[in-house]
Amino acid sequence: MNLLTDLIFDYTLRNIALGAAVLGIVSGMLGSFAVLRRQGLLGDTLAHAALPGICIAYLLTGSKSPLVLFLGAAISGWVATLVLLRIVRETRIKEDSALGVVLSVFFGVGIMLLTFILKHNDANQAGLDKFLFGQAATVTAEDVNTMTILGVFALLVVAVLYKEFKIMTFDPNFAASLGFNDRWLGVILTSLIVVAVVIGLRTVGVVLMSAMLVGPAVAARQWTNRLEAMVLLAGFFGALSGVAGALISVSEANLPTGPMVILSLTVIVIISLLFAPQRGILWDIKRFSKA
Amino acid sequence: MTTSTSFPLAVHDLTVVYRDKPAIQDVDVNIPAGKLTAIIGPNGAGKSTFLKAVLDLLPRVAGTVEVFGKPYRQQRQLVGYVPQRASVDWDFPTTALDVVTMGTYGKLGWVKRPGKAEHDLARQCLEQVGMADFSSRQISQLSGGQQQRVFLARALAQDAEVYFMDEPFVGVDALTERAIITLLQDLRQRGKTVVCVHHDLDSAPEYFDWVMLLNVRLIAAGPFDSTFTAGNLRKTYGGAMKAAIDHFAHFEQSKG
Amino acid sequence: MEIVITGILISVACALLGTFLILRKMAMMSDAISHAILPGLVAGYFFAKGPDLFAGFLGALVAALVTVTLVEALKNTQRVGGESAIGIVFPAMFALGTFLVARFFENVHLDTDAVLFGNIEFVAFDRLFIGDVDFGPQSYYVAGALCLINLLFITVFYKELKLATFDAGLAATLGFSPFFIHYALMALVSVTSVGAFTSVGAVLVVALMIVPAAAAYLLTDKLPMMIGLAAGIGALSAVLGYGLALAIDSSVAGAIVSVAGAFFFAAMLFSPSHGLIAKARRIERQRVQIGLEALLVHLLNHEGEEGEAHESEMLHLSSELRWLPQFAQQIVGVAANRGLVMQLHGHLILTDNGRRQGQQLMVH
Repeated sequence: MNLLTDLIFDYTLRNIALGAAVLGIVSGMLGSFAVLRRQGLLGDTLAHAALPGICIAYLLTGSKSPLVLFLGAAISGWVATLVLLRIVRETRIKEDSALGVVLSVFFGVGIMLLTFILKHNDANQAGLDKFLFGQAATVTAEDVNTMTILGVFALLVVAVLYKEFKIMTFDPNFAASLGFNDRWLGVILTSLIVVAVVIGLRTVGVVLMSAMLVGPAVAARQWTNRLEAMVLLAGFFGALSGVAGALISVSEANLPTGPMVILSLTVIVIISLLFAPQRGILWDIKRFSKA
Repeated sequence: MTTSTSFPLAVHDLTVVYRDKPAIQDVDVNIPAGKLTAIIGPNGAGKSTFLKAVLDLLPRVAGTVEVFGKPYRQQRQLVGYVPQRASVDWDFPTTALDVVTMGTYGKLGWVKRPGKAEHDLARQCLEQVGMADFSSRQISQLSGGQQQRVFLARALAQDAEVYFMDEPFVGVDALTERAIITLLQDLRQRGKTVVCVHHDLDSAPEYFDWVMLLNVRLIAAGPFDSTFTAGNLRKTYGGAMKAAIDHFAHFEQSKG
Repeated sequence: MEIVITGILISVACALLGTFLILRKMAMMSDAISHAILPGLVAGYFFAKGPDLFAGFLGALVAALVTVTLVEALKNTQRVGGESAIGIVFPAMFALGTFLVARFFENVHLDTDAVLFGNIEFVAFDRLFIGDVDFGPQSYYVAGALCLINLLFITVFYKELKLATFDAGLAATLGFSPFFIHYALMALVSVTSVGAFTSVGAVLVVALMIVPAAAAYLLTDKLPMMIGLAAGIGALSAVLGYGLALAIDSSVAGAIVSVAGAFFFAAMLFSPSHGLIAKARRIERQRVQIGLEALLVHLLNHEGEEGEAHESEMLHLSSELRWLPQFAQQIVGVAANRGLVMQLHGHLILTDNGRRQGQQLMVH
């Protein structure tokens, strides 16, 4: 009961929980398309690719306002997307290797820039890295506002282009034959995932981001056979794990929020995989032992 | 050249390169209206590539494609497409009816959602392929033949003038095979044009009335009886391809 | 100097394995492993009651094998795609590791930042002493051993690796277990990750495994050549990266990866066999060739006909062959240069040479 009142009245906890919930909804819903398009690791690459953007944005403006850093992260995530598409389309490098190359090269450049900033600037740069490794405990109301605006924008685009995203995800060739250009739709969808990633960096951090995109979608897929329901349910699971992780992390001293969000999510995934009606693995075992 | 307006598909000097090797080279062909045309050739002959290049799904190095006298991009509404069944993930969370409804998306255009009219049309199309009872079935729970029929129903929902089908007969049961044949003949009766990539030399003479023999280059194209000859088949499959010739001998016998 | 040598040794050790990761389409598996070993490392330190190198190795190895097994198991449920399985498992493992650190290691020196970034700059401080004798930096021995183990593995099992990589089915029927090769490779990836990330960090281990090998893949079609090139590019990146880091006073590991990235993009653009420029040139050449053939055949077809004058007009050509005017001009230019046609009062005439080539084409 105490936790519940805290959730509403405690400033820090409210911001942590809200931030994590916004992230969960956005990444869950967008992740559904990524998972169905077999791009479960795209989020991981885009998250790492955000680092040089954050550093360059800071170097250019000297500002640490969330909007500026978000923008920097988004731009370099977007550039990474285009580079990735280029490598996969135009060279013999397979998607898996291309993801790894883009991820590590962008991150390497980012680290170089980050150390450069750390060594050459005054104390002002402190906290730059929290945009990368997620320190939910320091999420401010301003951060939450920025995240919410970005998230609402991304979800609006999904709502408007839902039909197009669906057909492109299910049958890209057919979609293209109808005139829905899969290249552009793919870029739009990936750009929206960049938005989700940018929100996630601040809350759960670069390493854990891929789970925020993949986990809710995988869990939701087990419970339903309809895309609409899957997308909504994934948003719900994402929010649920966000709030649960936030609550667990404050209920006990010294527990980091991001990892607790991911562990909550992992529990949801495991339950879904085991027990979901029809698709649950346990039902398979039961059917098997009966036969 | 002005006569090409009457052709549902006029392909001029089409060349497609895949990894530095021509997959389709210099193909020149006009497909006549109201006919069932088979594209026949050995594996790797570029049959699917031809369809995809026609539909602008693959970049072409050279050549033009016209549908009823205008570039394909302006004529999308007149074209229906049935991709290979294996090209999509059938575990996708959706129902048979929903997949068929996707056929109406092209006419709907961007952003607009399918409504009652589109769903009714989709239901009718499912009925035409004998799948009315499966409309709310999750697509992974359909048999291969049923999945193929859902794809055909989706093409019907496109309400096109010319249909391109990529191996519609592969891996289907006898019942579905009959259903597809009936459907193709029905389309022909309504004056539609159908172009199918086809594998099976045995059944081809029975099903189709026009044929395009392809092996990277166009070997021959024309009315079935005069084009599907031993000489042309040997050129298509290579002299050593004894199986093809045997098929042909078999066909000649049954005709005689 | 010690940093450079350590960097070279680690780069080579990573590149040797990376070649097979790229070819087996498992590049991202190394990313997963390098992150997922964190809980194992923590558990190892926990049982050894301190940051003990050997206990860390052991724990990390176990964690890596757990990760690989979990990913395989998830894939085998048929409910989760391979990439999604990776995308869930390694963050879960990393989260578990961070949780364990927060819970039990508040005061043990194990910074997750250090796990991610590493600190190759400090290799000179961890020295190996036997008695009082300084045997040089510890990292020499770790990185050197990794190099040696990986080299041994790919030379001893070269045939098996090659077979399991290109034809897993055939390998199984011949009695080489792809299963064994898979897990052995994964075990080495994890050992190499642990050994390397104390100096270069988890993400940069991934970079050193994948990036040089991917660049090599763009440069050659031969497996031994690819392995050699990958190791060479890795080593060169280490040397140049160190120089770059000194020049701008920045992270050595970051600079090494940036240089490796530059090699990759250079290979992507300029590789004579698989580069984008070479590819664009080839396609252009083909377009010209196709155009030339069409032109010769067209002129030959209409030679001596009544409408010849009309058919060979430049303007008519572009509409008849449906060419854009620029393309028609380009083709005619090339044809004239090669002495295949001549222009006469705005008409094209085949030369003897052009006629001969055209006739050859017709016979085809």
